[in-house]
Amino acid sequence: MLVLGIETSCDETAAAIVEDGRKIHSNIVASQLRLHKKFGGVVPELASRAHLRAIPLILKEAYQVAKASPEDIGAIAVTNGPGLIGSLLVGVSTAKALSYVHNLPLIGINHLEGHIYSNFLTRVVHPPFLSLIVSGGHTSLVLVKDYGKYELLGATRDDAAGEAYDKVGKLLGLGYPGGPAIDRLAQKGDSRKIKFPRPYLPHSFDFSFSGLKTAVLYYLKRQAVDDKGGPLNRDSGSIPPPTSLPVTDIAASFQAAVVDVLVKKSLKAVNKTKVKKLVVGGGVTANTTLRRRLKEEAAEAGIRVYIPPRYLSTDNAAMIASAGYYRFQQGCRSDSLTLNAVADLKLS
Amino acid sequence: MVKLETQSPAETKALGRKIARNLKSGDIIALIGELGAGKTCLAQGLALGLGVSPKDYVASPSFVLVKEYGGRTPLYHIDLFRINSTEELESLGWEEYLYGEGVCIIEWAERAGKLMPSEYLRIELEILGSRRRRIRLKAFGRHYQAVLRKLR
Repeated sequence: MLVLGIETSCDETAAAIVEDGRKIHSNIVASQLRLHKKFGGVVPELASRAHLRAIPLILKEAYQVAKASPEDIGAIAVTNGPGLIGSLLVGVSTAKALSYVHNLPLIGINHLEGHIYSNFLTRVVHPPFLSLIVSGGHTSLVLVKDYGKYELLGATRDDAAGEAYDKVGKLLGLGYPGGPAIDRLAQKGDSRKIKFPRPYLPHSFDFSFSGLKTAVLYYLKRQAVDDKGGPLNRDSGSIPPPTSLPVTDIAASFQAAVVDVLVKKSLKAVNKTKVKKLVVGGGVTANTTLRRRLKEEAAEAGIRVYIPPRYLSTDNAAMIASAGYYRFQQGCRSDSLTLNAVADLKLS
Repeated sequence: MVKLETQSPAETKALGRKIARNLKSGDIIALIGELGAGKTCLAQGLALGLGVSPKDYVASPSFVLVKEYGGRTPLYHIDLFRINSTEELESLGWEEYLYGEGVCIIEWAERAGKLMPSEYLRIELEILGSRRRRIRLKAFGRHYQAVLRKLR
């Protein structure tokens, strides 16, 4: 069965057509950054209006690439939370209209659930397993007991891991987003040069990366004073990197702290729940060091680790279509007239 | 204007809790300060004071731009860190949050420029030491002057 997936929870407008939850026929993502360029910079990047303009084009492309038409589709799956309400509503309203017009079953999907299912598109993995979802907006450990059965074990109490990357990137003057830039620099640096704190929160599976970001800030300030450099540039929010230490070492040391916490806590959760399998998802799983360390340390501990390919780790609609297929199989249906977007939708 | 110092993140949070006691639906709080100054920490205190359950983690909304919570009034936790222009802000549905049925807490509020309403409570945080913060509260409008008076 073909499922049409639609995802508009944050920056990306995406549509995909996936067969039986596993085989991608099309997977179209309009990074709104590119869209921004296409429209000559007129369309704001972060807006529901951009989704509104993009969604007809993206849908058309998803059908074309899949060589499919609405008659071939068996169900429609759409992200209905969590996310930005105005953005979510574009996807949800589109999906409801299509469901009504073509008389197709509709399934509302939690965005985090989608990230878990991004792994199902390239490999065979069956629950139960432990899932780490790590992105700009989320850092969560979820026990997946069965298809569609979740227990949230922990989440970030302040900054998500991806957000810590972006903010440290900003402090180092690397621009937005900071993740890929820090990852590149870190490959050339010495991760043992600076001892940044590892916020483990020992009696909990929660995360906290806000203090780590602030530790980098204090470090840069101290170095700026030691260098007798100029005053901090408050307007840009960045601090000139210290001359005494290469920025590559700062990037590597920061990255090591984030990765240490993510890997250690995930493996601990796998051991505690005795599921032996770790399935990761979210934009930060594109990070080179995180991928390597997860593979190495999971292998040592006898745990199988599943990491989605990079093009499926960031927001996309194929993962929503996949999650939708499994929900459909369980008999889940949303009402095509009343399904609503929920900004703070909980995983259940 | 009220000027004070907090000695720890816990004290900053407690201050937020205290301020929130006198807030009502429709109120707007602008939080200003550099990365790491404690804006989200203060927002967490405000949320607790507004009756948001401690089980709902009030995490930073920098990436998602807006997070919504249910307390004794709805709470819109807005973050303009990623906003580059006021046009972007307008298309975000900014006014619907601002003039909606809840309390708005806005981090990086200085980025809203002319789009800030005329009446709001401005809270500026400054780093003095690794845990110490200077906090300046300034009321724009009568209602917020009353909120500050009750704080003293």
